[in-house]
Amino acid sequence: MNIIVTIKQVPDTNNITIDPETGTLNREGVPAIINPEDKNALEAALTLKEKHGAKVIVLSMGPPQAEKALREALAMGADEAILLSDRAFAGADTWATAYTLSCAVKKIKDYSLIIGGRQAIDGDTAQTGPQLSECLKIPQITYVQDVKVEGDTVLAKSVFGNVRRMVQAKMPALLTVTKEMNEPRYSTIRGIATAYREKKITVWNSKDVDAKPMRIGLPGSPTQVRKTFSPKHEREGKVFAGAPGQLANDLLGVLVDNNYV
Amino acid sequence: MIDYSLTDEQNFLRETVRKFAENEIAPYAQELDREEKFSVEITKKMGEMGFFGAFVSPKYGGQGLDYISYIIMVEEIARVDGSQAATVAAGNSLGIGPIYYFGNEEQKQKWLPRLCKGEILSGFGLTEADAGSDAGGTLTNAVLDERKNEWVINGSKMFITNTSNELSGVVIVQAVTGKSAKGRKELSCFIVPTDAPGFESRKLHDKMMWRASDTSELYFDDCRIPAGNILGNKGEGFKQMLQTLDGGRLSIGSMGLGGAQGAFEKALQYSQERKQFGKPICKNQAIAFKLADMAIEIEAARNLLYKACWLKNNGLPYGKEGSMAKLYCAEVMGRVANQAVQIHGGYGLMKDYDVERFFRDQKLLDIGEGTSEIQRLVISRYIGC
Repeated sequence: MNIIVTIKQVPDTNNITIDPETGTLNREGVPAIINPEDKNALEAALTLKEKHGAKVIVLSMGPPQAEKALREALAMGADEAILLSDRAFAGADTWATAYTLSCAVKKIKDYSLIIGGRQAIDGDTAQTGPQLSECLKIPQITYVQDVKVEGDTVLAKSVFGNVRRMVQAKMPALLTVTKEMNEPRYSTIRGIATAYREKKITVWNSKDVDAKPMRIGLPGSPTQVRKTFSPKHEREGKVFAGAPGQLANDLLGVLVDNNYV
Repeated sequence: MIDYSLTDEQNFLRETVRKFAENEIAPYAQELDREEKFSVEITKKMGEMGFFGAFVSPKYGGQGLDYISYIIMVEEIARVDGSQAATVAAGNSLGIGPIYYFGNEEQKQKWLPRLCKGEILSGFGLTEADAGSDAGGTLTNAVLDERKNEWVINGSKMFITNTSNELSGVVIVQAVTGKSAKGRKELSCFIVPTDAPGFESRKLHDKMMWRASDTSELYFDDCRIPAGNILGNKGEGFKQMLQTLDGGRLSIGSMGLGGAQGAFEKALQYSQERKQFGKPICKNQAIAFKLADMAIEIEAARNLLYKACWLKNNGLPYGKEGSMAKLYCAEVMGRVANQAVQIHGGYGLMKDYDVERFFRDQKLLDIGEGTSEIQRLVISRYIGC
C-alpha cells in the first residue's frame, strides 16, 4: 500500500506579525515549518504504515526552500519525498495547487490513500484537499479524527462541529485530518541522519508532471487576492454607572438613538 | 579557509532536540530537582529519541553522528536541564565510549545495541574515595582466578553516574592489575554487568547539583566477572581513561555552554519583563552591559568548543583545545549563571526560578572530569611550561 501525504511549508504564524501598511506578512526571520495539521496527516500515515505496512510518500509544492519541510517529513519516517517546484507554479490559488498536485499523484499512479491536513495556518481555506480529490475523482472524507483500513476500504471518524460521522469509502480515497487525530512524533536522531544523508528528494517541474500551462500558477488561478488587511476594531464599548432605574433609562436612550426600538 | 556554518542536518538536529527538551524535560526539571529524583520515564524517552550511542556506528545500533552534532545535542538538553544532560553526556562519553572505542567485536555486539537504544545505561567507574585527580591512588584491584577463568574485583568507586537506577546495566571499572617495570601501578578496565556477583551500588543523596541525575558509590566484594570482560589489553587502563576523558571533556564543555545559554536567555527575558522605576530593567546600562558580556562570553565559548569538536571530527589532536573548552565553558557558565541570578534579584534566590538551579548545577562543571586546576595543569603542559 502506498500512502501519499500532502504537506505545505508555512511560516510559523505563532511568530508572525502583519505589516499594517501593506497587509502582508512580515516573513523576515520567521521560521518556516510544516503546516501543523499536515504533520498530523503524516503521523496518521506513519501509524498506518506501522500497522499494515506501507510506503509513505510526502508530496509538496513550493519553492526550493520547501526541501527543509520534506527533510523533516523524511526524518519523521516518510520513505520518499517529492517536491513540485517550478517558477510556473508561482501564484497558484487552491484550485491551481490542487490541479498541480493531482498531476503529480497521477504520475505516482499507485496509491491507496492521500492524507493531508484539514487546512494550512497561513490561508485557512481547507480547500486544497477536497479539490485534489475532485481532480482525481476519488472519494474524500474530511475533518478526520480517526482512521481504520480494512481490505480495500477506509473507515474514518469525521467530526464537524457537533456532528460526528463514521464514513466508509473504497480506496483510493483522500482524507483531511485535524489536530485532534494524533500527536505527531518527534524526529529521532537516527531519523534525522538518515533523512539528510541517505534519503533523496525528487524534484518535479511542470513538464515532469505533464501539467497544462494554463491551469497552473497565476494563469490557472480563478481567485486572485486583491488586498489583504487586518480588520480595524474602531467601535468602543461604553460603561454606564448608576442606580438600576437610571441605568435602564440610559440603555433605552441608546437603543432609541440608534433606531433599534 | 574558515567556514563557521553548520550543516542543514546539524541545524535541524538542534531544532528537534530543543523542541524535545522544552516539551519533555523543562516542565519537569524543577520538580525532579526538588525531589532529587532520577526519571526513568524521561530517560526512556531520551533513549527512544536516539540520545544514546550518538557517535556510535549504526552497525551497532548507534546514531552515527559526527562529534559537533553530538555536542549540539548535549548543549540543547543542558540549555533546559543539567541533570538530564548529565545522564546523556555520561551515558555516551563515559559509559558507551570505552566499549565502543576499546571493546572487542564480541563485547561491542553484546552491549552496544541495548545501550544505544537506551534500554540500559552504563557508567564509568574511575574516581575513588581517595583517588580523584590522582588516578595513581586507585586501590580497587582485579586478580585473575585462572582456575575459574574469572577476574575477581575488590574495592570501591565514588561519584559514579548512571549506575544505581533500574536501567543501570553495566559499569566500566578501572582497577589495578599489577605493577609496571618502573614500579607504577598497572591499570586495566573491565566490563562489569550490574548483576555480577559481589557488585553493589548505593545511591548518593543530598547533592547540591544535578539532583535529578543518578550518582552512586560502587562496592566490589570479590566481584566475579568472566576473564573475557577485560576491555582491550591488560595494562591499557590508564591510556583508555585518558582518551575517554578527552572526549568526555567536550561533552562537559557542551553542558557549560548549554547551561550558560539557558541561564542567559532566562536573564534576558526576565530583564525585559521586570520593570523598576517605570521601565524594563534591561534598559539600564548596568543590566544591559551584564547581558552584553554574557552574550560575548557564550559566543567565544561556543567557538572554542566547536573548534575542539572540529579537530576531533577531522582526526586531529584536540587534547589541548578540549581541555581549554571544558575549562572555559564551565567558567563561562559560572559567570553567566551568577549574573543571571543577580539580574533576577530576590526572585533569583527562589527555587521557582530556573536560574537558581542553573547556578547550583554549574558547580559540578568546575570539578567533574578533571577539575579546573587539573585542566590548567594539562593546558600549561601543552603550551610548554
